[in-house]
Amino acid sequence: MDALEILFTASFWVAAIRIASPLIFATMGELICERAGVLNLGIEGIMTAGAFAGWFTVYSGGDLWAGVLVAALVGALFGLLHATLTVPLGLSQHVVGIGITLLATSLTYFTYRLVLPEVTSPPKIEPFQPLPIPGLSRIPVVGEALFTQTPLTYLAFVSVAAVAWILYRTPVGLAVRAAGENPSAVEAQGISVTGIRMGAVAVGSALMGVGGAFLTISAFNSFFFQMINGRGWICIALVVFGSWRPGKALVGAILFAAFDAYQVRLQQISGGIVPYQVFLMMPYALSILALILVARRATYPKALMIPYQKGER
Amino acid sequence: MRLEPKPAPSLAVTLMFPLAAVAMTLVLTSMLVLAAGASPLSVFYLVAKGAAGSQFALLETLTRATPLIFTGLAIAVAFRAKLWNIGAEAQLYIGGVVTVVLGTGALPLPSAVLIPVIMIAVMAAGAALLLGPAVLKTRFGVDEVVTTLLLNFIVLLFVSMLLEGVLKDPMGLGWPQSQKVIADAQLPRIIQGKRLHYGFVIAIVSAVLVWLVMKKTVLGYEMRAVGHNPEGARFVGILVNRTLMKTALLSGGLAALAGFSEVSGLKGNLTLDLSPGYGYTGIVVAMLAMLNPLGVIASAIFVAGIFVGADAMSRAAKVPSYIADVMVATSLLTMVVAILLTRYRMRWR
Amino acid sequence: MCPQLVAAYSFMNGKEAFPQRHFPVTPVSSNPALRLSGISKRFGPLRANDAISFELKRGEVIALLGENGAGKTTLMNILFGHYVADEGTVEAFGKLLAPGDPRAALDAGIGMVHQHFTLADNMTVQENIALGTQSLWRMRLDRTAARRRIEQLSADFGLAVDPAATVSTLSVGERQRVEILKALYREARILILDEPTAVLTPAETDALFRTLKLLVAKGLSIIFISHKLHEVMAVSDRVLVLRSGQLVGERATASTDRKELAALMVGQEVKQAEVSPVKPGAPLLALERVSTTPYNGAGLDDVSLTLTAGEITGLAGVAGNGQAVLAALIAGTRRPTSGRISIAGQNVRDWSPRAALAHGVARIPEDRHAIGSIGDMSVTENVIAERYRSPRFSRMGFLNWKASRQFAEKLIADYEVKCPSPDARIRLLSGGNMQKLILGRALDPDPEIILASQPTRGLDVGAVAYVHRMLLEARTRGAAILLISEDLEEVLTLSDRIIVMSKGRLSTPSARGERSIRELGELMAGHSGEHGDHAA
Repeated sequence: MDALEILFTASFWVAAIRIASPLIFATMGELICERAGVLNLGIEGIMTAGAFAGWFTVYSGGDLWAGVLVAALVGALFGLLHATLTVPLGLSQHVVGIGITLLATSLTYFTYRLVLPEVTSPPKIEPFQPLPIPGLSRIPVVGEALFTQTPLTYLAFVSVAAVAWILYRTPVGLAVRAAGENPSAVEAQGISVTGIRMGAVAVGSALMGVGGAFLTISAFNSFFFQMINGRGWICIALVVFGSWRPGKALVGAILFAAFDAYQVRLQQISGGIVPYQVFLMMPYALSILALILVARRATYPKALMIPYQKGER
Repeated sequence: MRLEPKPAPSLAVTLMFPLAAVAMTLVLTSMLVLAAGASPLSVFYLVAKGAAGSQFALLETLTRATPLIFTGLAIAVAFRAKLWNIGAEAQLYIGGVVTVVLGTGALPLPSAVLIPVIMIAVMAAGAALLLGPAVLKTRFGVDEVVTTLLLNFIVLLFVSMLLEGVLKDPMGLGWPQSQKVIADAQLPRIIQGKRLHYGFVIAIVSAVLVWLVMKKTVLGYEMRAVGHNPEGARFVGILVNRTLMKTALLSGGLAALAGFSEVSGLKGNLTLDLSPGYGYTGIVVAMLAMLNPLGVIASAIFVAGIFVGADAMSRAAKVPSYIADVMVATSLLTMVVAILLTRYRMRWR
Repeated sequence: MCPQLVAAYSFMNGKEAFPQRHFPVTPVSSNPALRLSGISKRFGPLRANDAISFELKRGEVIALLGENGAGKTTLMNILFGHYVADEGTVEAFGKLLAPGDPRAALDAGIGMVHQHFTLADNMTVQENIALGTQSLWRMRLDRTAARRRIEQLSADFGLAVDPAATVSTLSVGERQRVEILKALYREARILILDEPTAVLTPAETDALFRTLKLLVAKGLSIIFISHKLHEVMAVSDRVLVLRSGQLVGERATASTDRKELAALMVGQEVKQAEVSPVKPGAPLLALERVSTTPYNGAGLDDVSLTLTAGEITGLAGVAGNGQAVLAALIAGTRRPTSGRISIAGQNVRDWSPRAALAHGVARIPEDRHAIGSIGDMSVTENVIAERYRSPRFSRMGFLNWKASRQFAEKLIADYEVKCPSPDARIRLLSGGNMQKLILGRALDPDPEIILASQPTRGLDVGAVAYVHRMLLEARTRGAAILLISEDLEEVLTLSDRIIVMSKGRLSTPSARGERSIRELGELMAGHSGEHGDHAA
């Protein structure tokens, strides 16, 4: 098959949307945190923990949706730990974020070894199956790509709409955006900055947990070590690329996923002339490139990474 | 709750804080040990014994501490200037690559010349690798955390490519590994027949030199000023961007030395499992040392001891050795809280 | 504001209709709007508020007068729940106010217009006003109702502003109107304004005063915080004077005068610094047709300025008109986009903080915490910061800690700095002591050119006098000094010649006493005659 033809096949776009789904969840999660003024570098570890928690719930007999819920809860818990250290205590968001990633990852691996001490190959579960939407899924290419996905992918798209609605159309969304821009505006109106920021980080981290779980209970059917493989860091780049706007971040995630799906297919047709590692590098390189392109004109939430103390102006 | 700055406590009191953080870590992780159905006291005893209970254990701990001293120094230097280098892992691997490129016979030099030449080349390569993100930060405003993190993945893939390509050992039975470095490029063992090598001595010397730089030199002064208050530093005439570049060079170079020391002193060749995350663990080492270069030696030995001890312990008790990673991560978080408490007091109203 | 306007305002305010209020007033049946009882607050060793008690009656305007650092803002932060008092209580309309809870203050009808605006720049006026007024857990923000009410309030109180505009696009005056609207939208019955005129032109100040009058007419009670005597005289019914955290005086506005208030405020007869005439010498620093990009307000627009030896040039103006960028330019942290900088007649090409220091420019920055010091480094490390590369403090890249420490000890002794040790973090010092060290660091090498940007902001009276004395000594020595200050009194007292800055441009200089305050005020507003229609 020709390198260009790939772009017009439905199977390619189905794969792209599937690859995008966990990124969408986690990017929305990071976006909420950053909009409230907190950079959450715990994302990589929280996704790992969510991936395991979701998978293990299903593995031990739970419903698939129970898996999603548990992943969200585990994510929220790590988010609360992050927020406790960075919001009221005002500790470095860089250091704490890395610490949360190390902690969540190591706790996950520890728990995995604890509950499955003997296994050598990861056990499998029955993951979410594609659920074609009647009618819509018949539309050529676009319909197939968008509407023959698993329920969890549909939920990813719903999460973008929900985040956008909440941030721009609800009172609590106003408070979140103000907390990331000028926290004293929030406090002056009688709302607790600490409460808003901690809540945002917890909710955002819950979404990251679900993003991780997508990999184990929708995209694949088992949990293995290092499966997040930098996806969390890529989501941080996607938030910047999307200028902290849910819609733009969604477009970024899909573009990125399409590129990722494309490099896999290129790899297959390149016939081994170019080492496969070069293709695998491309998504990471692309993320750096995207950051360089947008960084200059990016309008950061002004209070991002700046801790707030009550009564400070 | 409010935080109020308070005068720095005396050195003795300051030293209590890391100890308190470690104690807190033990309390927290003992819950996991209980969950694993073991007794915390006996498990911690086994860890301690495995880390320092015999000459073998102690030497193993020091061997494991060697790369951690290098990466810990790299992080301590960078974080002092608030240059968030999370890419020590990549710099370490680049150090390993340069070591095997130059050390497998390409340079016909006597050992006394060859090893310094390799070290300089290794440091230059690591420095160059961090220079990229530093330039992106100062010129384009791209956050270096994300770029250094992403570079870790790129570099690891790059190394994998080399090990399956140009650097592949033809005698390696198809495994992705490099040739062994020649004898002249190897760091000798400190005690014949044991694994501890002169990389450890180089690490200690590096720590002392870095301490001198930070404490006594103009560069160290500039780095600290830039880290604490870049605007204020610029106002008094410190060239902030240039200082960040120098910091990046020093930090990247130090991290790369970890790769050199592992290949040249311990493993002999480059493989994809050269580092089990020394670059990331270096962050914990640096924070436990409160970014003090001399403290890095102690905290690296401590952290290495946990890993070595946990390996030994998990063979005896049925607690997964990942408990070591959990302990290290937990101690990072308890430590940052402890550092906060040395400088601020909490007021609840 | 010029005296004529004050007179006009007093007339409009109808002071004549209620000529005199007698104090203490016998208690009336209804509770006062506010009652503060024994409020005390300490920050470490500093007593920011010391047993302060007073009442605010309904429909009354109280002025809270005091110098920078007297404790006014702390008191208002306690009132509004940002801080919790160590002792004492606040009652609003007879009900005890829960401490440390801005929400309780808002619910009790207290609205506050902060000195630094509490607006989110990325949101619209309407969103800023609506923030926190609806239950956080509503699924949908009610926009139409909000918009209608804002428009109504704008019309009623002369607070013109477009509800759909993004805050980042608004002028300072408009932002302040949004702040007031925020309070009114919440049906505040008590309005606290913290230094509201610091950022306004005289014309905007006048408009603000008219709004306040309308509010009082509707029955609101107002606390007006200021250190400007003429404003206090113009707007208030009663004046409370705060000094070093204590309430030192209470006067009915109608029965006092500026002189008495000034004496109360500073605690002694205001002693004007002795300014002896000095013959100006050679020009030392010259800006020729310099322009810059905007920074913290306007940018410079084709500015020329010459500083001559033995002369203090005072720069007056409303904040945000380009003073910040002018200070940054002379300090070396900004470069001109066009124009020339020359020092002692020599054109300087490479302009930077280092170049400024090398050319003998001493800099006292506006913000001593963010720019002037490195809080987490020691006193020693801070005092050598501008000269650590000189042979005195370092050799071959190694610092000479012994000499550095001796220098710090010398400055501590010479400038009477209260500080535990040269090794203490400078963050732990009080504002005045920190400023003395910055002054010492800058003046120790006997600089030829001195930039003093807001050098006394936030200092107590003693420290202010000290700074003034040091600047005058440097002048006697023959230094060329640029004094940038928002405090017109300070500029008038110290300067040999005065220049007014407005919208990034400079007025022609005037010698001491040459222009009247009214003329200066008009220059500060950017052009003359604009508010002539208010002068009755």
